Amino acid sequence: MARDRTPAGLVGAAPEAPFEITFDRRTLTALPGQTIAAALWSAGVLAWRTTRRDGRPSGVFCGIGQCYDCLATINDLPNRRACLVPARPGDVITTQEGHGHAELSV
Amino acid sequence: MPTRSSADLIVIGAGVVGAACAYYAARSGISVTVIDRGAVAGGTTGAGEGNLLVSDKEPGPELELALLSVRLWRELSDLLPPRIEYEAKGGLVVASDEASMAALRGFAARQERAGVKAEQATVDQLRDLEPHLAPDLAGGFHYPQDAQVQPALAAAHLLRAAGGQGSGGVRLRLGEEVIGVLTGANGEVRGVRTASGDVRAPYIVNAAGSWGGELARLAGVGLPVLPRRGFVLVTEPLPRVVRRKVYAADYVADVASGSAALQTSAVVEGTPSGPVLIGASRERVGFDRTLSVEALRRLAAQATRLFPVLAGVRAMRTYAGFRPYLPDHLPAIGPDPRVPGLLHACGHEGAGIGLAPATGLIVARVLSGGQLPLDIEPFRPHRFDAAG
Ligand SMILES: Cc1cc2nc3c(=O)[nH]c(=O)nc-3n(C[C@H](O)[C@H](O)[C@H](O)COP(=O)(O)OP(=O)(O)OC[C@H]3O[C@@H](n4cnc5c(N)ncnc54)[C@H](O)[C@@H]3O)c2cc1C
Ligand code: FES
Repeated sequence: MARDRTPAGLVGAAPEAPFEITFDRRTLTALPGQTIAAALWSAGVLAWRTTRRDGRPSGVFCGIGQCYDCLATINDLPNRRACLVPARPGDVITTQEGHGHAELSV
Repeated sequence: MPTRSSADLIVIGAGVVGAACAYYAARSGISVTVIDRGAVAGGTTGAGEGNLLVSDKEPGPELELALLSVRLWRELSDLLPPRIEYEAKGGLVVASDEASMAALRGFAARQERAGVKAEQATVDQLRDLEPHLAPDLAGGFHYPQDAQVQPALAAAHLLRAAGGQGSGGVRLRLGEEVIGVLTGANGEVRGVRTASGDVRAPYIVNAAGSWGGELARLAGVGLPVLPRRGFVLVTEPLPRVVRRKVYAADYVADVASGSAALQTSAVVEGTPSGPVLIGASRERVGFDRTLSVEALRRLAAQATRLFPVLAGVRAMRTYAGFRPYLPDHLPAIGPDPRVPGLLHACGHEGAGIGLAPATGLIVARVLSGGQLPLDIEPFRPHRFDAAG
């Protein structure tokens, strides 16, 4: 059988029990220690934001907190960098539309 | 290798003031060379905000300059590309209690006699003008003439437009520091010296902003320009949350203060690109760029006091700039009688973006012998001399 070439497999990690988070109301599983971005990627989700001007889909680019491409609305707070925020049980992630603050518009 | 070149006029400084001088001079057929040791808008012009305000000015020479300038900016907004982000959005000055509202009423009445449009707004009207404003304010005044530009883009496009048809021509020399002023036998200006050579012209304009005092020294005269530091707080991008430029009535007193100590009174404004700008602090600490947490803390507190909604919004970054301050809060504009051929256009403190077009127009009129748009006596550059 092919070797498990996931990051967890490569380092021989033995993570604790997975837990549930939701992305746009869909239930996903995440592992303790995973960032939101890692959990989304593991579930095959590659985009969780639309850009401000052109509404294009966007997800992780640098993966290390520098580029701000991976912004998401996490537990009702927009503009959080999914590649840095650790996933916690019950987290509610929603696709961030543009600046994510449409409700403030006057 | 020394290089030589010549023009009718050398403008030292490619900030918004230098750009406006170059624009109006070139438009009146004068050939202009603009020299800056850095980039276009690399000085204070790229480190401030773009408020074009009449609302914060007492009747007097600066207000006259501002009134002329808001008209000129409106003209320029038709000539320059939309990218300068000119917005005739109006200003709103708010009072937190009845005493401050009464003071504001008196101030606005004096301004109206000087040609400012000021409309009193009741608490209910404040609501309509700015739905996110704190509910417990006493009232305010709306100033429809206040406007806004993006200063760095405005300076760059002024320089670009300065060429064009009927122009005397504009040459830009960036990355060249002026290290000396060349003079003739009678002390008259002959040009400037830079590290890469001499540039000849019978007239030079000191548009060196906060460094205008040093430039004056190179020409052998005194001009006491000092830096007055300001921090601006930048929020994450937002939809239109603040429609106008909104500030508390105490701002006017801060602007007029001569104290070196830290003063803050938040001016809050949205920008076309999304972030809300919260500016700005004022203090005289030399050219010290150290972050002042105290200044930022106060700005944030005052902004959220005006707009409670901002408490739930993140501040993304901050930046600081150095306003070119002269002790009487008036710029130095016009010919310097101490050195024939030397003109000054600096020291606009916290209003240089707003006052740039009127300054440029005055400089161009002085050089072309045209009629001056207003009395420039209060701006005479030698007024700080014992005899001036
Ligand atoms: C925080 C803050 C907020 C502000 N908000 C506003 C606002 O809302 N509205 C407003 O109207 N104003 C505002 N201002 C003030 C405004 O930014 C300045 O008055 C204005 O930018 C001054 O423009 P300037 O062209 O005179 O100077 P600068 O933009 O500083 O240009 C001077 C140039 O001269 C060059 N220079 C200097 N010495 C030499 C030399 N020896 N050789 C070659 N080049 C030289 C410098 O490199 C520089 O580029 C603000 C300022 C700050 C700091
Ligand atoms: S992916 Fe670059 S900051 Fe998150």
